[in-house]
Amino acid sequence: MSIASTTQQICFLVLSATTVIGSLGVVLLPNIVYSAFLLGGVFLSVAGLYLLLNASFVAAAQILVYVGAVNVLILFAIMLVNKKETLAAIPGLLVRRLLSGAVCAGLFALLLRVAFTTPWALPGPTPVGEEATIRIGEHLFTDYLLPFELASVLLLMAMIGAIVLARRDVFSTDVITGEPADQGLIEKDRTPLLIETSANAPTLLTKP
Amino acid sequence: MISDAASPIPLEAFLAVAAMLFCVGVWGLINSRNAVRVLMSIELMLNAVNINLMAFSDYLDGQLIRGQVFAIFVITVAAAEAAVGLAILLSLYRNRETVDMERFNLLRW
Repeated sequence: MSIASTTQQICFLVLSATTVIGSLGVVLLPNIVYSAFLLGGVFLSVAGLYLLLNASFVAAAQILVYVGAVNVLILFAIMLVNKKETLAAIPGLLVRRLLSGAVCAGLFALLLRVAFTTPWALPGPTPVGEEATIRIGEHLFTDYLLPFELASVLLLMAMIGAIVLARRDVFSTDVITGEPADQGLIEKDRTPLLIETSANAPTLLTKP
Repeated sequence: MISDAASPIPLEAFLAVAAMLFCVGVWGLINSRNAVRVLMSIELMLNAVNINLMAFSDYLDGQLIRGQVFAIFVITVAAAEAAVGLAILLSLYRNRETVDMERFNLLRW
């Protein structure tokens, strides 16, 4: 990328601030729809960071896959499971949040220390810049051919698995017992299959 | 291409942003009550790892950009993980009528 150094620094500051603030919003906002849209913003600014790192192909893939597919999928899931429910209070929630916050802050300090004390072998080879897409294509069809093909198999497996997991049960008879399956249990009345009588003893709902 | 010898942005700055993103993701993974938010935190952590890979690929491996190839594979696996995770979440919601992580405790001691 042939833009001036100051412009790059300003872009980096803006993009990293958007990334960090957006990710904090994703985790902390009470409304999950806002979190999902902020997550899209985080993905977009991460794609901007990739552009600053001379990786235009991966930036395009990031926008297409993350913003276009993953974020839309998450929004769909939110729309499908969006039910206002009052979450039961949990004892020691604040303690848990503070403890995990301390652990995460410690992890952050450790990572920063590693990043700033390790003597990186800089400057490395000159970046290929705009030829990065060509190099990625060469890699994918020569030395990374097997992982590339395995990735396609993985995507096929994930697609079939997602369909199998998410579709409603359409069998007319129960596979195990041979009794006619109660479709109303699944389709019409939204009685949960597992109801909790007490806090720790879930019991199977008997068929009416 | 960055022409001057010293890049205007140090490598450590990218690593710091990625570390921050990863730690926010870990915190959200532990503390979220909503299962969808847990999946979103996992995506944040994967993105942090990707930023690290891309930064190292550009600064230390500028000719053979193996980090970028690896980041593409990570993006692929993340997409598969999101699809399967959300399908599991939908079937959980269908069975339990909730997305509260604290109530998914059938396998808990």
